[in-house]
Amino acid sequence: MTAIEDTALRLDPEEARRARQERLERIGKWVLPLAIMVLAIVLWDRICAWNEIPQYILPRPGVVLQTLHSDAGLLFSSLLVTLRITFLSLLLAVIGGVGLAVLFAQSKWVEMSFFPFAIVLQVTPIVAIFPLINIYVNNQTVKLLLCAWIVAFFPILSNTTLGLNSVDRNLRDLFKLNGATRWQQLRYLRLPAAMPYFLGGLKIAGGLSLIGAVVAEFVAGAQGQSSGLASRIIEAGYRLNAPRLFAALILISLTGILIFLVLSLVSHLILRRWHESALKQER
Amino acid sequence: MIQEKVAQKAASGEAPMLLSLRNVGKVFSNGVTALSKVDLAIREGDFLSLLGPSGCGKSTALRLIAGLSTPTSGQLDWRGPVDRSNIGFVFQEPTLLPWASVFDNVWLPLRLKGVSRTKAEPAVMEMLSRVHLTGFENAVPRELSGGMKMRVSIARAMVTKPRILLMDEPFAALDEITRFKLNNDLLELWQDERFTVVFVTHSVFESVFLSSRVVVMAARPGRVFGELPVDAPYPRDEAFRTSPDYAALCRQASDVLVNAINSTAGPHHDGH
Repeated sequence: MTAIEDTALRLDPEEARRARQERLERIGKWVLPLAIMVLAIVLWDRICAWNEIPQYILPRPGVVLQTLHSDAGLLFSSLLVTLRITFLSLLLAVIGGVGLAVLFAQSKWVEMSFFPFAIVLQVTPIVAIFPLINIYVNNQTVKLLLCAWIVAFFPILSNTTLGLNSVDRNLRDLFKLNGATRWQQLRYLRLPAAMPYFLGGLKIAGGLSLIGAVVAEFVAGAQGQSSGLASRIIEAGYRLNAPRLFAALILISLTGILIFLVLSLVSHLILRRWHESALKQER
Repeated sequence: MIQEKVAQKAASGEAPMLLSLRNVGKVFSNGVTALSKVDLAIREGDFLSLLGPSGCGKSTALRLIAGLSTPTSGQLDWRGPVDRSNIGFVFQEPTLLPWASVFDNVWLPLRLKGVSRTKAEPAVMEMLSRVHLTGFENAVPRELSGGMKMRVSIARAMVTKPRILLMDEPFAALDEITRFKLNNDLLELWQDERFTVVFVTHSVFESVFLSSRVVVMAARPGRVFGELPVDAPYPRDEAFRTSPDYAALCRQASDVLVNAINSTAGPHHDGH
Protein backbone atom coordinates (compact mmCIF):
# COMPACT_ATOMS: atom_id res chain seq x y z
CA MET A 1 0.00 0.00 0.00
CA THR A 2 2.71 2.42 1.03
CA ALA A 3 4.64 1.54 -2.08
CA ILE A 4 1.75 2.60 -4.28
CA GLU A 5 1.30 5.86 -2.35
CA ASP A 6 4.99 6.52 -2.65
CA THR A 7 4.97 6.23 -6.42
CA ALA A 8 1.94 8.49 -6.58
CA LEU A 9 3.68 11.12 -4.49
CA ARG A 10 7.23 10.90 -5.69
CA LEU A 11 7.77 10.90 -9.44
CA ASP A 12 10.86 9.36 -10.88
CA PRO A 13 13.36 11.85 -12.29
CA GLU A 14 12.19 11.36 -15.89
CA GLU A 15 8.52 11.96 -15.10
CA ALA A 16 9.39 14.89 -12.83
CA ARG A 17 11.38 16.46 -15.61
CA ARG A 18 8.50 15.94 -18.02
CA ALA A 19 6.00 17.49 -15.60
CA ARG A 20 8.29 20.48 -15.07
CA GLN A 21 8.69 20.85 -18.83
CA GLU A 22 4.92 20.82 -19.35
CA ARG A 23 4.38 23.45 -16.66
CA LEU A 24 7.03 25.67 -18.20
CA GLU A 25 5.55 25.28 -21.67
CA ARG A 26 2.08 26.17 -20.43
CA ILE A 27 3.31 29.44 -18.95
CA GLY A 28 5.88 30.17 -21.65
CA LYS A 29 3.30 29.84 -24.40
CA TRP A 30 1.75 33.12 -23.21
CA VAL A 31 4.54 34.91 -21.43
CA LEU A 32 7.23 34.54 -24.05
CA PRO A 33 5.49 36.17 -27.06
CA LEU A 34 4.15 38.94 -24.80
CA ALA A 35 7.59 39.61 -23.37
CA ILE A 36 9.17 39.74 -26.83
CA MET A 37 6.40 42.10 -28.00
CA VAL A 38 6.94 44.45 -25.06
CA LEU A 39 10.69 44.28 -25.59
CA ALA A 40 10.29 45.17 -29.27
CA ILE A 41 8.09 48.16 -28.45
CA VAL A 42 10.54 49.40 -25.82
CA LEU A 43 13.39 49.00 -28.31
CA TRP A 44 11.38 50.90 -30.95
CA ASP A 45 10.82 53.71 -28.48
CA ARG A 46 14.50 53.80 -27.44
CA ILE A 47 15.76 53.83 -31.03
CA CYS A 48 13.53 56.82 -31.80
CA ALA A 49 14.68 58.64 -28.68
CA TRP A 50 18.39 57.89 -28.97
CA ASN A 51 18.65 58.77 -32.65
CA GLU A 52 16.24 61.69 -32.37
CA ILE A 53 14.30 60.35 -35.35
CA PRO A 54 11.67 62.90 -36.42
CA GLN A 55 8.04 61.97 -35.88
CA TYR A 56 7.15 62.08 -39.59
CA ILE A 57 9.65 59.32 -40.29
CA LEU A 58 9.21 57.01 -37.33
CA PRO A 59 6.85 58.09 -34.55
CA ARG A 60 7.41 56.77 -31.03
CA PRO A 61 4.92 54.14 -29.84
CA GLY A 62 3.44 56.55 -27.32
CA VAL A 63 2.65 59.03 -30.09
CA VAL A 64 1.01 56.31 -32.17
CA LEU A 65 -1.14 55.38 -29.18
CA GLN A 66 -2.05 59.03 -28.67
CA THR A 67 -3.01 59.35 -32.34
CA LEU A 68 -5.09 56.20 -32.10
CA HIS A 69 -6.98 57.97 -29.32
CA SER A 70 -7.17 61.49 -30.80
CA ASP A 71 -8.06 60.31 -34.34
CA ALA A 72 -10.36 57.58 -33.05
CA GLY A 73 -13.48 59.01 -34.71
CA LEU A 74 -11.92 59.17 -38.15
CA LEU A 75 -10.04 55.87 -37.90
CA PHE A 76 -12.90 53.81 -36.51
CA SER A 77 -15.43 55.09 -39.00
CA SER A 78 -12.96 54.08 -41.73
CA LEU A 79 -12.45 50.74 -40.02
CA LEU A 80 -16.21 50.19 -40.13
CA VAL A 81 -16.21 50.78 -43.89
CA THR A 82 -13.40 48.26 -44.34
CA LEU A 83 -15.06 45.76 -42.00
CA ARG A 84 -18.30 45.99 -43.92
CA ILE A 85 -16.52 45.03 -47.14
CA THR A 86 -14.54 42.33 -45.32
CA PHE A 87 -17.54 40.58 -43.81
CA LEU A 88 -19.77 40.93 -46.85
CA SER A 89 -17.07 39.48 -49.05
CA LEU A 90 -16.43 36.69 -46.55
CA LEU A 91 -20.14 35.90 -46.53
CA LEU A 92 -20.20 35.85 -50.32
CA ALA A 93 -17.04 33.73 -50.34
CA VAL A 94 -18.74 31.19 -48.07
CA ILE A 95 -21.87 31.11 -50.22
CA GLY A 96 -19.93 31.03 -53.48
CA GLY A 97 -17.23 28.65 -52.29
CA VAL A 98 -19.59 26.13 -50.69
CA GLY A 99 -22.10 26.47 -53.52
CA LEU A 100 -19.49 25.77 -56.18
CA ALA A 101 -18.00 22.93 -54.10
CA VAL A 102 -21.41 21.28 -53.81
CA LEU A 103 -21.85 21.67 -57.56
CA PHE A 104 -18.43 20.16 -58.16
CA ALA A 105 -19.24 17.30 -55.82
CA GLN A 106 -22.22 16.32 -57.95
CA SER A 107 -20.01 15.07 -60.71
CA LYS A 108 -16.33 14.50 -61.30
CA TRP A 109 -16.82 15.88 -64.81
CA VAL A 110 -18.14 19.21 -63.60
CA GLU A 111 -15.23 19.49 -61.20
CA MET A 112 -12.66 18.60 -63.85
CA SER A 113 -14.19 21.08 -66.28
CA PHE A 114 -14.53 24.10 -64.02
CA PHE A 115 -11.86 23.81 -61.36
CA PRO A 116 -9.16 25.28 -63.66
CA PHE A 117 -11.21 28.49 -63.91
CA ALA A 118 -11.17 28.83 -60.15
CA ILE A 119 -7.41 28.36 -60.16
CA VAL A 120 -6.92 31.00 -62.87
CA LEU A 121 -9.00 33.41 -60.80
CA GLN A 122 -6.92 32.58 -57.73
CA VAL A 123 -3.44 32.92 -59.19
CA THR A 124 -3.99 36.17 -61.11
CA PRO A 125 -2.98 39.06 -58.81
CA ILE A 126 -6.04 41.05 -57.82
CA VAL A 127 -4.18 44.34 -58.37
CA ALA A 128 -3.82 43.37 -62.01
CA ILE A 129 -7.50 42.49 -62.39
CA PHE A 130 -8.79 45.64 -60.71
CA PRO A 131 -8.47 48.03 -63.68
CA LEU A 132 -10.73 45.67 -65.62
CA ILE A 133 -13.27 45.55 -62.81
CA ASN A 134 -13.06 49.30 -62.65
CA ILE A 135 -14.11 49.50 -66.30
CA TYR A 136 -16.92 46.96 -66.08
CA VAL A 137 -18.44 47.78 -62.70
CA ASN A 138 -19.83 51.14 -61.72
CA ASN A 139 -20.93 50.70 -58.15
CA GLN A 140 -18.08 51.37 -55.69
CA THR A 141 -19.15 48.80 -53.10
CA VAL A 142 -19.68 46.11 -55.71
CA LYS A 143 -16.19 46.78 -57.08
CA LEU A 144 -14.57 46.32 -53.70
CA LEU A 145 -16.70 43.31 -52.86
CA LEU A 146 -15.82 41.60 -56.10
CA CYS A 147 -12.11 42.11 -55.46
CA ALA A 148 -12.22 40.85 -51.90
CA TRP A 149 -14.40 37.93 -52.97
CA ILE A 150 -12.00 36.79 -55.66
CA VAL A 151 -9.21 36.71 -53.08
CA ALA A 152 -11.22 34.98 -50.36
CA PHE A 153 -13.38 32.35 -52.05
CA PHE A 154 -10.71 29.98 -53.30
CA PRO A 155 -9.57 28.43 -49.99
CA ILE A 156 -13.21 27.74 -49.12
CA LEU A 157 -13.94 26.21 -52.52
CA SER A 158 -10.81 24.10 -52.58
CA ASN A 159 -11.10 22.88 -48.98
CA THR A 160 -14.82 22.16 -49.14
CA THR A 161 -14.40 20.27 -52.41
CA LEU A 162 -11.70 18.15 -50.80
CA GLY A 163 -13.95 17.55 -47.78
CA LEU A 164 -16.99 16.57 -49.83
CA ASN A 165 -14.84 14.03 -51.68
CA SER A 166 -13.21 12.60 -48.56
CA VAL A 167 -16.18 10.61 -47.30
CA ASP A 168 -15.47 7.12 -45.97
CA ARG A 169 -16.19 4.56 -48.70
CA ASN A 170 -18.13 2.28 -46.37
CA LEU A 171 -20.32 5.12 -45.18
CA ARG A 172 -21.13 5.86 -48.80
CA ASP A 173 -22.08 2.20 -49.29
CA LEU A 174 -24.20 2.35 -46.16
CA PHE A 175 -26.17 5.28 -47.54
CA LYS A 176 -26.53 3.54 -50.88
CA LEU A 177 -27.71 0.39 -49.13
CA ASN A 178 -30.39 2.36 -47.31
CA GLY A 179 -31.62 3.93 -50.52
CA ALA A 180 -30.49 7.46 -49.65
CA THR A 181 -31.25 10.11 -52.24
CA ARG A 182 -28.55 12.44 -53.56
CA TRP A 183 -29.88 15.19 -51.33
CA GLN A 184 -29.91 12.96 -48.23
CA GLN A 185 -26.37 11.88 -48.95
CA LEU A 186 -25.31 15.51 -49.19
CA ARG A 187 -27.27 16.65 -46.15
CA TYR A 188 -26.51 13.84 -43.73
CA LEU A 189 -23.14 12.58 -44.93
CA ARG A 190 -21.06 14.74 -47.22
CA LEU A 191 -21.69 18.20 -45.76
CA PRO A 192 -21.02 17.14 -42.15
CA ALA A 193 -17.94 15.20 -43.28
CA ALA A 194 -16.67 18.28 -45.11
CA MET A 195 -17.21 20.54 -42.09
CA PRO A 196 -13.64 20.35 -40.68
CA TYR A 197 -12.21 21.05 -44.13
CA PHE A 198 -14.61 23.94 -44.71
CA LEU A 199 -13.75 25.48 -41.34
CA GLY A 200 -10.05 25.23 -42.15
CA GLY A 201 -10.73 27.09 -45.40
CA LEU A 202 -12.87 29.64 -43.56
CA LYS A 203 -10.00 30.51 -41.22
CA ILE A 204 -7.77 31.25 -44.21
CA ALA A 205 -10.53 33.08 -46.07
CA GLY A 206 -11.25 35.32 -43.04
CA GLY A 207 -7.76 36.78 -43.17
CA LEU A 208 -7.77 36.90 -46.95
CA SER A 209 -11.05 38.79 -47.17
CA LEU A 210 -9.56 41.50 -44.94
CA ILE A 211 -6.45 41.61 -47.12
CA GLY A 212 -8.66 41.60 -50.22
CA ALA A 213 -10.77 44.45 -48.87
CA VAL A 214 -7.73 46.57 -47.97
CA VAL A 215 -5.96 45.88 -51.27
CA ALA A 216 -9.11 46.71 -53.21
CA GLU A 217 -9.48 49.93 -51.25
CA PHE A 218 -5.86 50.74 -51.97
CA VAL A 219 -6.31 50.41 -55.70
CA ALA A 220 -9.65 52.21 -55.61
CA GLY A 221 -8.37 54.70 -53.04
CA ALA A 222 -5.52 55.72 -55.31
CA GLN A 223 -8.28 57.07 -57.51
CA GLY A 224 -9.91 58.82 -54.57
CA GLN A 225 -12.93 56.55 -54.51
CA SER A 226 -12.82 54.93 -51.11
CA SER A 227 -13.25 55.89 -47.49
CA GLY A 228 -11.89 52.74 -45.83
CA LEU A 229 -8.78 52.33 -43.73
CA ALA A 230 -6.58 51.94 -46.78
CA SER A 231 -7.49 55.40 -48.02
CA ARG A 232 -6.64 56.78 -44.57
CA ILE A 233 -3.21 55.18 -44.95
CA ILE A 234 -2.69 56.64 -48.42
CA GLU A 235 -3.84 60.05 -47.22
CA ALA A 236 -1.57 59.94 -44.20
CA GLY A 237 1.30 58.90 -46.48
CA TYR A 238 0.78 61.93 -48.71
CA ARG A 239 0.72 64.23 -45.70
CA LEU A 240 3.69 62.59 -44.01
CA ASN A 241 1.39 61.90 -41.07
CA ALA A 242 3.31 58.84 -39.91
CA PRO A 243 1.58 58.51 -36.52
CA ARG A 244 -1.81 58.12 -38.17
CA LEU A 245 -0.36 55.76 -40.73
CA PHE A 246 0.98 53.55 -37.96
CA ALA A 247 -2.28 53.79 -36.03
CA ALA A 248 -4.25 52.65 -39.09
CA LEU A 249 -1.79 49.84 -39.69
CA ILE A 250 -2.11 48.62 -36.12
CA LEU A 251 -5.90 48.70 -36.40
CA ILE A 252 -5.78 46.52 -39.52
CA SER A 253 -3.44 44.01 -37.87
CA LEU A 254 -5.55 43.82 -34.73
CA THR A 255 -8.68 43.33 -36.83
CA GLY A 256 -7.00 40.47 -38.71
CA ILE A 257 -5.95 38.81 -35.47
CA LEU A 258 -9.45 39.22 -34.05
CA ILE A 259 -11.06 37.70 -37.15
CA PHE A 260 -8.69 34.73 -36.93
CA LEU A 261 -9.38 34.22 -33.23
CA VAL A 262 -13.14 34.42 -33.66
CA LEU A 263 -13.12 31.95 -36.57
CA SER A 264 -10.83 29.60 -34.60
CA LEU A 265 -13.28 29.72 -31.72
CA VAL A 266 -16.23 29.02 -34.01
CA SER A 267 -14.35 26.11 -35.53
CA HIS A 268 -13.47 24.73 -32.11
CA LEU A 269 -17.05 25.01 -30.86
CA ILE A 270 -18.42 23.16 -33.88
CA LEU A 271 -15.83 20.37 -33.91
CA ARG A 272 -15.03 19.94 -30.24
CA ARG A 273 -17.17 16.88 -29.69
CA TRP A 274 -15.95 14.74 -32.54
CA HIS A 275 -13.06 15.91 -34.64
CA GLU A 276 -9.45 14.99 -33.89
CA SER A 277 -8.24 18.54 -34.44
CA ALA A 278 -10.38 19.91 -31.61
CA LEU A 279 -9.77 17.16 -29.07
CA LYS A 280 -7.56 17.60 -26.07
CA GLN A 281 -4.69 15.23 -25.98
CA GLU A 282 -5.43 12.73 -23.27
CA ARG A 283 -2.12 10.95 -23.07
CA MET B 1 -36.80 -24.52 -27.60
CA ILE B 2 -38.64 -23.20 -30.63
CA GLN B 3 -35.60 -21.29 -31.72
CA GLU B 4 -33.52 -24.37 -31.29
CA LYS B 5 -35.81 -26.22 -33.66
CA VAL B 6 -35.74 -23.45 -36.20
CA ALA B 7 -32.00 -23.45 -36.10
CA GLN B 8 -31.84 -27.18 -36.47
CA LYS B 9 -34.36 -27.13 -39.25
CA ALA B 10 -32.28 -24.53 -41.01
CA ALA B 11 -29.24 -26.69 -40.58
CA SER B 12 -30.99 -29.76 -41.89
CA GLY B 13 -32.25 -27.88 -44.90
CA GLU B 14 -35.97 -27.89 -44.20
CA ALA B 15 -36.47 -24.14 -43.80
CA PRO B 16 -37.67 -22.30 -46.92
CA MET B 17 -35.04 -20.96 -49.25
CA LEU B 18 -34.34 -17.24 -48.90
CA LEU B 19 -31.66 -16.73 -51.51
CA SER B 20 -29.73 -18.85 -53.90
CA LEU B 21 -26.64 -17.88 -55.81
CA ARG B 22 -26.37 -19.82 -59.04
CA ASN B 23 -23.18 -20.07 -60.96
CA VAL B 24 -22.25 -16.58 -59.83
CA GLY B 25 -19.01 -15.07 -61.10
CA LYS B 26 -17.44 -11.67 -60.71
CA VAL B 27 -14.58 -10.34 -62.79
CA PHE B 28 -13.22 -6.90 -61.94
CA SER B 29 -12.33 -4.41 -64.64
CA ASN B 30 -8.62 -4.98 -63.90
CA GLY B 31 -9.04 -8.60 -65.00
CA VAL B 32 -9.01 -10.21 -61.54
CA THR B 33 -11.51 -13.02 -61.17
CA ALA B 34 -12.88 -12.42 -57.69
CA LEU B 35 -15.52 -15.15 -57.82
CA SER B 36 -16.00 -18.07 -60.11
CA LYS B 37 -19.03 -20.37 -60.44
CA VAL B 38 -20.33 -19.89 -56.92
CA ASP B 39 -23.41 -21.87 -55.94
CA LEU B 40 -24.80 -21.10 -52.56
CA ALA B 41 -28.18 -21.73 -50.98
CA ILE B 42 -29.17 -19.58 -48.06
CA ARG B 43 -32.23 -20.66 -46.10
CA GLU B 44 -34.54 -18.64 -43.93
CA GLY B 45 -33.03 -18.51 -40.42
CA ASP B 46 -29.59 -19.75 -41.42
CA PHE B 47 -26.53 -18.56 -39.61
CA LEU B 48 -24.12 -19.08 -42.44
CA SER B 49 -20.41 -18.33 -42.21
CA LEU B 50 -18.21 -17.77 -45.22
CA LEU B 51 -14.78 -18.92 -44.08
CA GLY B 52 -11.64 -18.56 -46.14
CA PRO B 53 -8.24 -17.01 -46.65
CA SER B 54 -7.77 -13.42 -47.85
CA GLY B 55 -8.58 -12.99 -51.50
CA CYS B 56 -11.10 -15.82 -51.68
CA GLY B 57 -13.91 -13.42 -52.56
CA LYS B 58 -15.88 -13.65 -49.30
CA SER B 59 -16.37 -9.91 -49.13
CA THR B 60 -17.17 -9.73 -52.83
CA ALA B 61 -19.86 -12.37 -52.34
CA LEU B 62 -21.31 -10.32 -49.50
CA ARG B 63 -21.35 -7.15 -51.59
CA LEU B 64 -23.11 -9.01 -54.39
CA ILE B 65 -25.78 -10.21 -51.97
CA ALA B 66 -26.17 -6.67 -50.62
CA GLY B 67 -26.65 -5.33 -54.13
CA LEU B 68 -23.63 -3.06 -53.76
CA SER B 69 -22.13 -4.80 -56.76
CA THR B 70 -23.55 -6.79 -59.68
CA PRO B 71 -22.39 -10.24 -60.76
CA THR B 72 -20.57 -10.63 -64.07
CA SER B 73 -22.24 -13.99 -64.68
CA GLY B 74 -24.85 -16.18 -63.01
CA GLN B 75 -27.71 -14.95 -60.91
CA LEU B 76 -29.07 -14.31 -57.44
CA ASP B 77 -32.58 -15.59 -56.81
CA TRP B 78 -34.44 -14.15 -53.86
CA ARG B 79 -37.57 -15.79 -52.58
CA GLY B 80 -40.24 -13.13 -52.57
CA PRO B 81 -39.72 -9.44 -53.23
CA VAL B 82 -36.58 -8.06 -51.70
CA ASP B 83 -35.57 -4.45 -51.54
CA ARG B 84 -32.59 -3.04 -49.80
CA SER B 85 -34.48 -2.31 -46.60
CA ASN B 86 -34.61 -6.07 -46.09
CA ILE B 87 -30.84 -6.14 -45.86
CA GLY B 88 -28.72 -5.11 -42.90
CA PHE B 89 -25.00 -4.68 -43.38
CA VAL B 90 -22.24 -4.57 -40.76
CA PHE B 91 -18.83 -3.53 -42.02
CA GLN B 92 -15.43 -4.59 -40.75
CA GLU B 93 -15.03 -1.15 -39.21
CA PRO B 94 -17.90 0.25 -37.12
CA THR B 95 -18.37 2.88 -39.88
CA LEU B 96 -20.32 5.33 -37.74
CA LEU B 97 -20.99 9.00 -38.39
CA PRO B 98 -18.37 10.52 -36.05
CA TRP B 99 -20.30 13.77 -35.60
CA ALA B 100 -23.59 12.12 -34.69
CA SER B 101 -24.70 10.74 -31.34
CA VAL B 102 -25.27 7.02 -30.82
CA PHE B 103 -29.00 7.64 -31.10
CA ASP B 104 -28.65 9.51 -34.38
CA ASN B 105 -26.38 6.82 -35.78
CA VAL B 106 -28.92 4.09 -35.06
CA TRP B 107 -31.76 6.31 -36.26
CA LEU B 108 -30.00 6.90 -39.60
CA PRO B 109 -31.51 4.04 -41.69
CA LEU B 110 -35.00 4.99 -40.51
CA ARG B 111 -34.29 8.68 -41.01
CA LEU B 112 -33.28 8.00 -44.61
CA LYS B 113 -36.68 6.38 -45.06
CA GLY B 114 -38.38 9.48 -43.74
CA VAL B 115 -39.16 8.31 -40.21
CA SER B 116 -39.10 11.23 -37.77
CA ARG B 117 -37.04 11.21 -34.59
CA THR B 118 -40.12 10.86 -32.38
CA LYS B 119 -41.56 8.04 -34.47
CA ALA B 120 -38.21 6.27 -34.60
CA GLU B 121 -37.47 6.62 -30.92
CA PRO B 122 -39.13 3.43 -29.61
CA ALA B 123 -37.39 1.27 -32.24
CA VAL B 124 -34.03 2.95 -31.72
CA MET B 125 -34.21 2.71 -27.92
CA GLU B 126 -35.26 -0.92 -28.12
CA MET B 127 -32.36 -1.78 -30.41
CA LEU B 128 -29.95 0.06 -28.11
CA SER B 129 -31.16 -1.94 -25.16
CA ARG B 130 -30.83 -5.17 -27.19
CA VAL B 131 -27.14 -4.43 -27.75
CA HIS B 132 -26.71 -3.34 -24.10
CA LEU B 133 -26.10 0.32 -24.83
CA THR B 134 -28.97 1.87 -22.90
CA GLY B 135 -27.79 5.13 -21.39
CA PHE B 136 -25.26 5.82 -24.13
CA GLU B 137 -27.67 7.31 -26.66
CA ASN B 138 -26.18 10.80 -26.34
CA ALA B 139 -22.53 9.75 -26.52
CA VAL B 140 -20.58 10.32 -29.73
CA PRO B 141 -18.59 7.45 -31.25
CA ARG B 142 -15.15 8.63 -30.09
CA GLU B 143 -16.33 8.39 -26.51
CA LEU B 144 -16.98 4.65 -26.94
CA SER B 145 -14.68 1.64 -26.89
CA GLY B 146 -14.15 -0.46 -30.02
CA GLY B 147 -16.63 -3.09 -28.85
CA MET B 148 -19.29 -0.52 -28.06
CA LYS B 149 -18.87 1.10 -31.48
CA MET B 150 -19.43 -2.29 -33.07
CA ARG B 151 -22.59 -2.72 -30.98
CA VAL B 152 -23.87 0.60 -32.32
CA SER B 153 -23.09 -0.63 -35.81
CA ILE B 154 -25.09 -3.83 -35.21
CA ALA B 155 -27.98 -1.88 -33.70
CA ARG B 156 -28.02 0.36 -36.76
CA ALA B 157 -28.08 -2.63 -39.11
CA MET B 158 -30.91 -4.26 -37.13
CA VAL B 159 -33.12 -1.24 -36.50
CA THR B 160 -35.01 -1.73 -39.75
CA LYS B 161 -35.68 -5.39 -38.84
CA PRO B 162 -34.00 -6.76 -41.96
CA ARG B 163 -34.65 -10.29 -43.20
CA ILE B 164 -30.98 -10.87 -43.73
CA LEU B 165 -27.98 -9.50 -41.88
CA LEU B 166 -24.69 -9.41 -43.76
CA MET B 167 -21.56 -9.11 -41.64
CA ASP B 168 -18.12 -8.53 -43.14
CA GLU B 169 -15.53 -9.67 -40.57
CA PRO B 170 -17.20 -7.42 -38.02
CA PHE B 171 -15.16 -8.50 -34.98
CA ALA B 172 -11.76 -8.99 -36.63
CA ALA B 173 -10.29 -5.82 -35.16
CA LEU B 174 -11.48 -6.45 -31.59
CA ASP B 175 -9.58 -8.05 -28.73
CA GLU B 176 -10.50 -11.63 -27.88
CA ILE B 177 -12.44 -10.93 -24.69
CA THR B 178 -14.60 -8.32 -26.43
CA ARG B 179 -15.02 -10.60 -29.43
CA PHE B 180 -16.31 -13.50 -27.31
CA LYS B 181 -18.76 -11.18 -25.59
CA LEU B 182 -20.04 -9.84 -28.89
CA ASN B 183 -20.28 -13.39 -30.30
CA ASN B 184 -22.53 -14.36 -27.39
CA ASP B 185 -24.67 -11.25 -27.69
CA LEU B 186 -25.03 -11.65 -31.44
CA LEU B 187 -26.21 -15.24 -31.02
CA GLU B 188 -28.70 -14.15 -28.37
CA LEU B 189 -30.08 -11.51 -30.72
CA TRP B 190 -30.24 -13.99 -33.59
CA GLN B 191 -32.12 -16.56 -31.53
CA ASP B 192 -34.68 -13.98 -30.42
CA GLU B 193 -35.31 -12.44 -33.81
CA ARG B 194 -34.66 -15.36 -36.12
CA PHE B 195 -33.28 -13.37 -39.00
CA THR B 196 -30.84 -14.86 -41.49
CA VAL B 197 -27.13 -14.13 -41.11
CA VAL B 198 -24.30 -14.35 -43.60
CA PHE B 199 -21.11 -13.89 -41.63
CA VAL B 200 -17.75 -13.45 -43.33
CA THR B 201 -14.74 -14.40 -41.22
CA HIS B 202 -11.27 -15.87 -41.47
CA SER B 203 -11.47 -17.33 -37.98
CA VAL B 204 -12.25 -21.06 -37.79
CA PHE B 205 -13.19 -20.78 -34.13
CA GLU B 206 -15.55 -17.88 -34.61
CA SER B 207 -17.31 -19.46 -37.58
CA VAL B 208 -17.87 -22.78 -35.78
CA PHE B 209 -19.04 -21.12 -32.59
CA LEU B 210 -21.63 -18.97 -34.33
CA SER B 211 -22.87 -20.78 -37.37
CA SER B 212 -25.36 -23.41 -38.29
CA ARG B 213 -23.39 -23.89 -41.51
CA VAL B 214 -19.83 -23.06 -42.44
CA VAL B 215 -19.06 -22.58 -46.11
CA VAL B 216 -15.33 -22.77 -46.81
CA MET B 217 -14.02 -20.78 -49.74
CA ALA B 218 -10.75 -21.00 -51.65
CA ALA B 219 -8.82 -18.29 -53.49
CA ARG B 220 -7.57 -17.67 -57.02
CA PRO B 221 -10.20 -17.77 -58.30
CA GLY B 222 -12.57 -17.21 -55.39
CA ARG B 223 -14.87 -20.21 -55.16
CA VAL B 224 -16.83 -22.40 -52.77
CA PHE B 225 -14.55 -25.22 -51.66
CA GLY B 226 -16.63 -27.15 -49.19
CA GLU B 227 -19.39 -26.99 -46.64
CA LEU B 228 -19.63 -28.10 -43.05
CA PRO B 229 -22.90 -28.27 -41.13
CA VAL B 230 -22.46 -27.40 -37.48
CA ASP B 231 -25.01 -29.59 -35.72
CA ALA B 232 -24.40 -28.42 -32.18
CA PRO B 233 -27.62 -27.13 -30.62
CA TYR B 234 -28.34 -23.55 -29.71
CA PRO B 235 -28.17 -21.71 -27.35
CA ARG B 236 -24.41 -21.95 -27.36
CA ASP B 237 -22.59 -20.42 -24.45
CA GLU B 238 -19.22 -20.43 -22.76
CA ALA B 239 -19.68 -24.10 -21.90
CA PHE B 240 -19.92 -24.91 -25.61
CA ARG B 241 -16.74 -22.95 -26.25
CA THR B 242 -14.77 -25.34 -24.05
CA SER B 243 -16.59 -28.55 -25.00
CA PRO B 244 -14.95 -31.46 -26.85
CA ASP B 245 -17.71 -31.22 -29.49
CA TYR B 246 -16.64 -27.69 -30.29
CA ALA B 247 -13.00 -28.70 -30.49
CA ALA B 248 -13.83 -31.56 -32.85
CA LEU B 249 -15.92 -29.31 -35.09
CA CYS B 250 -13.14 -26.75 -35.16
CA ARG B 251 -10.68 -29.44 -36.20
CA GLN B 252 -12.98 -30.51 -39.02
CA ALA B 253 -13.45 -26.96 -40.25
CA SER B 254 -9.76 -26.33 -39.95
CA ASP B 255 -8.98 -29.41 -42.07
CA VAL B 256 -11.32 -28.22 -44.81
CA LEU B 257 -9.78 -24.75 -44.66
CA VAL B 258 -6.23 -26.16 -44.92
CA ASN B 259 -7.26 -28.18 -47.95
CA ALA B 260 -8.85 -25.08 -49.45
CA ILE B 261 -5.66 -23.09 -48.95
CA ASN B 262 -3.51 -25.91 -50.39
CA SER B 263 -5.84 -26.23 -53.37
CA THR B 264 -4.85 -22.77 -54.50
CA ALA B 265 -2.48 -23.17 -57.39
CA GLY B 266 1.06 -21.86 -57.21
CA PRO B 267 3.34 -20.90 -54.34
CA HIS B 268 1.50 -17.62 -53.71
CA HIS B 269 -0.40 -18.46 -50.61
CA ASP B 270 1.12 -16.87 -47.57
CA GLY B 271 -1.85 -17.33 -45.28
CA HIS B 272 -2.57 -13.89 -44.06
